[in-house]
Amino acid sequence: MKMTGAEILVECLKRENVDTIFGYPGGAVLHIYDAIFKQDAIKHYLVRHEQAALHSANGYARVSGKCGVALVTSGPGATNAVTGLADSLADSIPTVCISGQVPSSLIGNDAFQEADVVGITRSATKHNFLVKRVEDIALIVRQAFHIATTGRPGPVLIDIPKDISGESCEFIWPEKVEMRSYKPVTHGHPGQIKRAVKSMLSAKRPVLYTGGGILNSVGSAAMLRELSHALNAPVTNTLMGLGGMPHDDPHFLGMLGMHGTFEANMAVSHCDLLVAIGARFDDRVTGRLDAFAPDAKVIHIDIDPSSISKNIHAHLPIVGDVGEVLKQLLEEIARRDGKPNEAALTLWWEQINQWRSRDSLGFVQDADGPIKPQTVVRMVHEKTRGNAIVATDVGQHQMWAAQFYGFNRPHRWLTSGGLGTMGYGLPAGIGAQVAMPEEKVIVFTGDSSIQMCSQEFSTAFQYNLPVIVIILNNGYMGMVRQWQEMFYESRYSQSYFDSLPDFVKMAETYGGTGIRVDSLEELSPALDKALASHDQFIILDVAVSKEENVFPMVPAGAALNEMVLS
Amino acid sequence: MRHTISILVENEFGVLTRVAGLFSARGYNIETLNVAPSLDATVSRMTLVTRGDERVIEQIKKQLNKLIPVIKVEDISHLVHIEREMLLVKLATSADNRAALVSLAEEMRAKVVDHIDIGYLTLELTGSCDELDGFLQQVESYGIIEMTRTGPVGMRRGAEGFTVD
Repeated sequence: MKMTGAEILVECLKRENVDTIFGYPGGAVLHIYDAIFKQDAIKHYLVRHEQAALHSANGYARVSGKCGVALVTSGPGATNAVTGLADSLADSIPTVCISGQVPSSLIGNDAFQEADVVGITRSATKHNFLVKRVEDIALIVRQAFHIATTGRPGPVLIDIPKDISGESCEFIWPEKVEMRSYKPVTHGHPGQIKRAVKSMLSAKRPVLYTGGGILNSVGSAAMLRELSHALNAPVTNTLMGLGGMPHDDPHFLGMLGMHGTFEANMAVSHCDLLVAIGARFDDRVTGRLDAFAPDAKVIHIDIDPSSISKNIHAHLPIVGDVGEVLKQLLEEIARRDGKPNEAALTLWWEQINQWRSRDSLGFVQDADGPIKPQTVVRMVHEKTRGNAIVATDVGQHQMWAAQFYGFNRPHRWLTSGGLGTMGYGLPAGIGAQVAMPEEKVIVFTGDSSIQMCSQEFSTAFQYNLPVIVIILNNGYMGMVRQWQEMFYESRYSQSYFDSLPDFVKMAETYGGTGIRVDSLEELSPALDKALASHDQFIILDVAVSKEENVFPMVPAGAALNEMVLS
Repeated sequence: MRHTISILVENEFGVLTRVAGLFSARGYNIETLNVAPSLDATVSRMTLVTRGDERVIEQIKKQLNKLIPVIKVEDISHLVHIEREMLLVKLATSADNRAALVSLAEEMRAKVVDHIDIGYLTLELTGSCDELDGFLQQVESYGIIEMTRTGPVGMRRGAEGFTVD
């Protein structure tokens, strides 16, 4: 049967099990929007800015485990999407972005709304395609989803010139997708598995350091916990890896790195075996490289060979899917009936518990004083019992959310870890709420970050998405201000807003509810009200103590054990 | 250290930019780069010369492999291998020195490929990079009008081939 390129595209998306698209129409994608109009298997969510389409697709992907899909027009539509693509690339989130392009005959002519999108997005995507013939659409869509969702996941862009989406051809669905140049290794090398287990069982001071890979490989979190218990080994998560281990598991040390806990950073600094699982030794995790885990043998499990020995030399690399490798490790431990070195581990845990007793996340909430931002996050945790889906923007509030929310389960935590994109939170929360309509979605944000995406309240209103947005409002770009206080003698250059909008009115303008919280006694009832509302988004504008800093902190370039605790 | 890397890639639009972009984005240096289709028209073969310590070269190989259209990567510097480069050089000549240059070219196994008038001579020479450097030094005094080099191509010695399968 002959179909237009646009119809073929939509048909291919259905066959890839896509039921949700975030997008924004424009001239070059009108054929595609017409094909979307004529069907109802795929629901399109109209965002208010293309960057948000990508962030929503990202949030949708993180909580659902499916590939997020965005649709944008040529030129500015696609250039607006670039930040969202780069964000998904940095955090390895599977997304497919379809962009319109000017008609083939006009490419290279500086046509209206033309941009070299394949060129611009080359380094912001895992891979990208320019479709040159309508006959190629089906195979390219198939390959795009294959690339986005396998190996180390990431964003893939398909640029479709307008004439190609309008032309017709016979639709042929490629049943199989095989690429000779792209064959990710998923199974761990059996010899390496044996060697790794041997090291793990004999380690005296082991640490499991786990990242986003645990979440990208579905089912891994349970196996991580099993491994940690089998080895009686502590686990620390990266910012991306939070939720990979339940917050209240006694083996969990909290987050490590720049704003990690004292016990996590000290354990890494003193361990004799560091097992990195789906983590990539980011500079925010390692601090000064030559002082990072100086006594440790390093086992590095990752599906991306280029992550291994990039920053820290791995003595024992294992390339493979984190889930498969964890399964292999557990089988090998069972096969040997392996037991860890309990005598040494008893001493190790004594040491760790001593570090823990410093209570590095402790803070004092004065009953009459201003609300501490930590108090807000803590209270949200208690009221949602650690089960909410939590999205954040970037800055101090993000770190407090990471430190104090406490996750019970994986796939509940949406944060822009790698790129650090202010403006991520609200659209990501919207994407998550679309994927999980029954769940509570909380967006922690700051008074600065929220202004980088506030147009998306209009999207939330349109689709009745009851996202709860909590602004930790200190009147500053808090993290910038903190660095200026600590490293620039408190010269607060351009980090202060003296003209913040009225966020309550902003909520009302967009059709939601806004509540201002100025004192501690107002906080709990306001949160109860927000958590009880089901029909529309709500903004809690919470005035928090203005110059609160995020601690512990490892200053940039310092070693992990050189923490500033308060 | 100098490394010569052979790369097999899908012969498709944009692949050269992806390779070049990888080097510029990650701050690696490309000393020379040679690209041409292989026997299989769907595959191109590149020979790339770069510099770096073992860690950098290891990353370069991994990052190249990570590019979707890259099929295979091999650092031939560690193997016994052959490298050849071609040079075209146009030299200024006169009736006085022309014969000497022609005999020098013969001695060095360079071919005269263009000599329409007495004022110049274009020579072609194939050899290792060092041989070409040495030759250029010897002819420099004649006055080099222009010259171009292909950058080396290379393959490992022995019966084994570097192919897609």
